[in-house]
Amino acid sequence: MTTIDAPRTPAPVRRPRRGVNWEKWGWIYMRASGVVLVVLIFGHLFVNLVAGEGVKAIDFAFVAGKWADPFWIVWDTLLLWLALIHGGNGMRTLINDYATNKLVRTVLLSAVAASTAVLIILGTLVIFTFDPCPAASPADLLPSFCPVR
Amino acid sequence: MESKPSIPEEIPTFTATLIIRRFDPEVDDEPRWQDFDVEMHGTDRVLDALHKIKWEQDGSLTFRRSCAHGVCGSDAMRINGRNRLACKTLIKDLDISKPIYIEAIKGLPLEKDLVVDMEPFFDSFKSVNPFLMAGGLPQGGKERKQSPVERARFDDTTKCILCAACTSSCPVFWTDGQYFGPAAIVNAHRFIFDSRDENAQVRLDILNDKEGVWRCRTTFNCTDACPRGIQVTQAIAEVKQAILRGKP
Repeated sequence: MTTIDAPRTPAPVRRPRRGVNWEKWGWIYMRASGVVLVVLIFGHLFVNLVAGEGVKAIDFAFVAGKWADPFWIVWDTLLLWLALIHGGNGMRTLINDYATNKLVRTVLLSAVAASTAVLIILGTLVIFTFDPCPAASPADLLPSFCPVR
Repeated sequence: MESKPSIPEEIPTFTATLIIRRFDPEVDDEPRWQDFDVEMHGTDRVLDALHKIKWEQDGSLTFRRSCAHGVCGSDAMRINGRNRLACKTLIKDLDISKPIYIEAIKGLPLEKDLVVDMEPFFDSFKSVNPFLMAGGLPQGGKERKQSPVERARFDDTTKCILCAACTSSCPVFWTDGQYFGPAAIVNAHRFIFDSRDENAQVRLDILNDKEGVWRCRTTFNCTDACPRGIQVTQAIAEVKQAILRGKP
């Protein structure tokens, strides 16, 4: 007699847990970061697209102006870290739900982790090392607001 | 005195078409859909239609049923894409202008026609210790008293009949079957919030697991599917909160 297996693995083996319960903290993180992100994202959109001259104001100088202010450095760093980890954790959840093959799952999870890490590192590097008028650059490559050296 | 013999009024009937997903493990490699036409009355339920088919048309049709009155939880099945009890679904409440599709519940291994292997479901149920755990003698040595308010705290989750309609409607349970599933959490909830029980922490630890309550995505499929009207998703959320608080 044959039975048709539903898409499921054999009877669950429950191993005793050890160390930090990542599943619980992941769940809490998603909710906490979600609340903060609502404020950060809508604040970001309002300042960039609505306030002042609106969307027309956005250019290189606008971004340089924002990052001259420590307030926006902190804001954007928080936005970057919280949003990327929030998104990465959400993707991890989806992969755990849908990728049943162990190899596929490992590859996809690694890809998500790697891309999240790379984006966080590059983004943070840009925010903290950003200099609109780097010294020793040819004058014709510099934006117009830089003091002529 | 002579009276005319009373002729019973004819009760109107209608024809319902049922399309049932059949699977005979000794013959079929894959399940197949089969049509049946049955004469039904307005008071008939899907279970009556299945009986009529089994008794009058095809005796090989296989399904589970026991009490036939919505208490034993044997005849949960997918009727027109929704998990329901066949014994609580009136045919006239379905759209009888179209065929009625009937298949086994999803996410559990199919054994024959509408019968699935319920063992994985009961394994999850058993692993949450679904029984009163109280050490020592009760106060006064006779009974463990409980106020109506304390009883009301977990009243909703006492209604579970273990039909698996909720668990087999849960998309997280469908993925790999490792998730405890709504029914197991509902039955843990029933004892976690029972003032007479002393081992809530043990159950909270069991459910505070990778495959425990944190996999719930609040899809509400379970709440929609429950034939007893249990607020399943809310019960799961209450267990989550109890884990975060560290106590019921």
